[in-house]
Amino acid sequence: MSKQSRRSFLKTIGFGGAALVASTTGLSHASEQPPVNNEALGMLYDATMCVGCKACMTACKRVNGDFGSLAFEKAPFDPDGLWDAPQDLSGSTRTLIKLYKESDKEWSYIKYSCMHCQKPSCVSVCPVSAMTKDKVTGIVDYNKDTCIGCRYCQVGCSFNIPKFQWEKTLPQIVKCDLCKNTNLKEKGITACAQTCPVGAISFGKRRELLDIAHARLRDNPGRYIHHVYGEFELGGTNHLYLAAVPFHKLGLPIVPQDAPAEFSEKIQHTIYKGFVAPVALYSTLCFIALKNQKRQDSNGNGEDDK
Amino acid sequence: MAGHHDEFIKLEGKIFTRSFFVMLTLVVIGFFFIGVRYVKGIGAVSNMSDGYPWGIWIAYDVATGTAIACGGYAVAILIYIRNNWKFHPLIRSALLTSLFGYGLAGFSVVVDLGRYWNSYGFFIPSRWQINSAMFEVALCVMTYTLVLIIEFLPAVLWSLENSKGVTLRKVADWLHPRLTPDEARLASGLEWVRSSAAWLRPRLDKVLVFFIVLGITLPTMHQSSLGSLLLIAATKLHPLWHTGFLPLLFLINCIYIGYSIVILESIISSNAFKREIELNELSGLSRIIPWLTVIWLSVRVGDLAYRGQLGAAIKLDFYSCFFLLEFLLVAGGSIILFSSRMRRSPRWLFITAAMIILGGGLYRFNVYLIGFNPGQGWHYFPSIAELMITVGVIALELLGYQVLVKLFPVLPNPKHAGSGHKTADNSHHAGTHEEILPAAVHVGK
Ligand code: SF4
Ligand code: SF4
Ligand code: SF4
Repeated sequence: MSKQSRRSFLKTIGFGGAALVASTTGLSHASEQPPVNNEALGMLYDATMCVGCKACMTACKRVNGDFGSLAFEKAPFDPDGLWDAPQDLSGSTRTLIKLYKESDKEWSYIKYSCMHCQKPSCVSVCPVSAMTKDKVTGIVDYNKDTCIGCRYCQVGCSFNIPKFQWEKTLPQIVKCDLCKNTNLKEKGITACAQTCPVGAISFGKRRELLDIAHARLRDNPGRYIHHVYGEFELGGTNHLYLAAVPFHKLGLPIVPQDAPAEFSEKIQHTIYKGFVAPVALYSTLCFIALKNQKRQDSNGNGEDDK
Repeated sequence: MAGHHDEFIKLEGKIFTRSFFVMLTLVVIGFFFIGVRYVKGIGAVSNMSDGYPWGIWIAYDVATGTAIACGGYAVAILIYIRNNWKFHPLIRSALLTSLFGYGLAGFSVVVDLGRYWNSYGFFIPSRWQINSAMFEVALCVMTYTLVLIIEFLPAVLWSLENSKGVTLRKVADWLHPRLTPDEARLASGLEWVRSSAAWLRPRLDKVLVFFIVLGITLPTMHQSSLGSLLLIAATKLHPLWHTGFLPLLFLINCIYIGYSIVILESIISSNAFKREIELNELSGLSRIIPWLTVIWLSVRVGDLAYRGQLGAAIKLDFYSCFFLLEFLLVAGGSIILFSSRMRRSPRWLFITAAMIILGGGLYRFNVYLIGFNPGQGWHYFPSIAELMITVGVIALELLGYQVLVKLFPVLPNPKHAGSGHKTADNSHHAGTHEEILPAAVHVGK
């Protein structure tokens, strides 16, 4: 390869790449935060109030069992299946209470369910719009009739919330939908919040929940870790947490304040904006290829040395 | 284009060789487990979990497999865009590998999809989700597979045109003895096929270039998107691999893997089928690789430095070891290829191509599996059944390749004048190719 042709070779290779480089380097500068919707519905779980009765778990399965394809999970000691003993969120379980024990004095309950992110990764990555976010309520819902079972939502969710029914012939994704299709529709409140006997789960608009949370932090400074988990995490979530034990010990990961979906969508959009780049690439390449082919045909077949 | 068909020949030989049956056995085992998967669910055959929802079917068959299948793409860039027609004899075998690679990646996806019956959603605009890199990958890969079929069609048409239909008639006789009296109708049917193939081929040749360019545009898009797929995993993918440059890195990565696989495949098939090695073309190809890898490695290191992750790269922990392995394989192979003497030795060509494919493939594996950590308590290692499904799919690919090169003119014709500027006393034995380098591969200006 002569110097000249090597340079043009690099140019060709750079062709597709140049746009990518330009876009990715531009990214670090443009990071305006998207607006947060504080009118969205959500829940506040206060770990210091929870008594670990698991009434919410039972209520969730009772109410959402049929619609959400939930089932009882047998424990190894229980061949008759009298107990529901899920180990973790799963293809049969949308919410779960766990006990975290650091020492005999220091322990905490924790409830897991979908965080209903402000900028949900699962919605951003789902190729067939089976995960959707309601513009008004902010509820992140799943539609099994469009889902293809690619499990990209599982890869995307930083909280590992969507679960897949691995053991089923005709599986689906299982995750909390804030009772959108059941209790919320019928009674205007989520089943778990309605059932909780000690009021550890508050249900309402994000703005109200944040007010409650901050009031509690203000009134009982010694009782809590001074942080509302979910207020800023990954761009904010509608499910919020208060606790006395550091959140990451309770299985709520330490995550940045930027939503991963903002980052990935920005890159994807820069590359594919209005489909201009692919069309431009195609036409340019066509032009080059046609020219080359014409020259080649008039040269005779096969030989390029002249 | 029309005169190019004598560049390629069919490989003579039996179809039902021993390796055919070995492959067939593996295919059957693989399909048995695929059957189990469809009856008892994915969990019954796979070790995938909610923490590792993508296992080797995606990490190998799709992410790595399609890069290995980029030979057709990489060589097409060289010929049609870089105007290097001396590589034209390599194009068909490269296209065929690409076709298999992509076809079978698609096949693996169907095995992997939990709710495959809803896949038609990709064709329903109201379900489109253009933010999803996977949406882009899916549409692009489907289109590209079609384009590959069209690109390969000339070889099939040529065969139809020139076949005497002997095999077909034999099959018909064997299937249905009573058909024999109807010889005339069968013959006229065959004649019709032949003449329509003859009609179609020159017309296809005329517009083929538009498909070829589409076959360059589409992989540029979806190979970079295969990198974009993991952009979302900001909290799960190790910082050694998670970067905004993922799309660019995946794009360059697939091109140098593409050239390397053409080299590897040519050398292997020359050995297996006892054909002459296309040394001139191959060493020409191998010349391009180090330039690409140098760009790739610079982006890789520059990006790590920019994000302050160089320390993590040399920490020698689990992640750093896999990073270094990937890095050294690619860099090592490239350094060797900078030497023109090494590029003339089939053995070194083979070794370096293999190193670069391994390193480049490992990079993709690292991004999709090894560098992926969903949090404490999750582990993944593929199960036997899961592996056997992948092995079965690969075996199917090799099997198809073996058969198709004997049915259609795919491999370069050693007697064709344009292939390889060979001198008359060219020795065909490995290691003895010390003859003069071909005149610099220059581009018609
Ligand atoms: S927690 Fe996970 S599943 Fe729930 S909305 Fe956020 S990204 Fe989606
Ligand atoms: S598994 Fe279903 S819901 Fe999740 S990303 Fe794939 S199609 Fe969407
Ligand atoms: S909001 Fe409804 S679906 Fe979600 S955890 Fe509570 S009861 Fe279950």
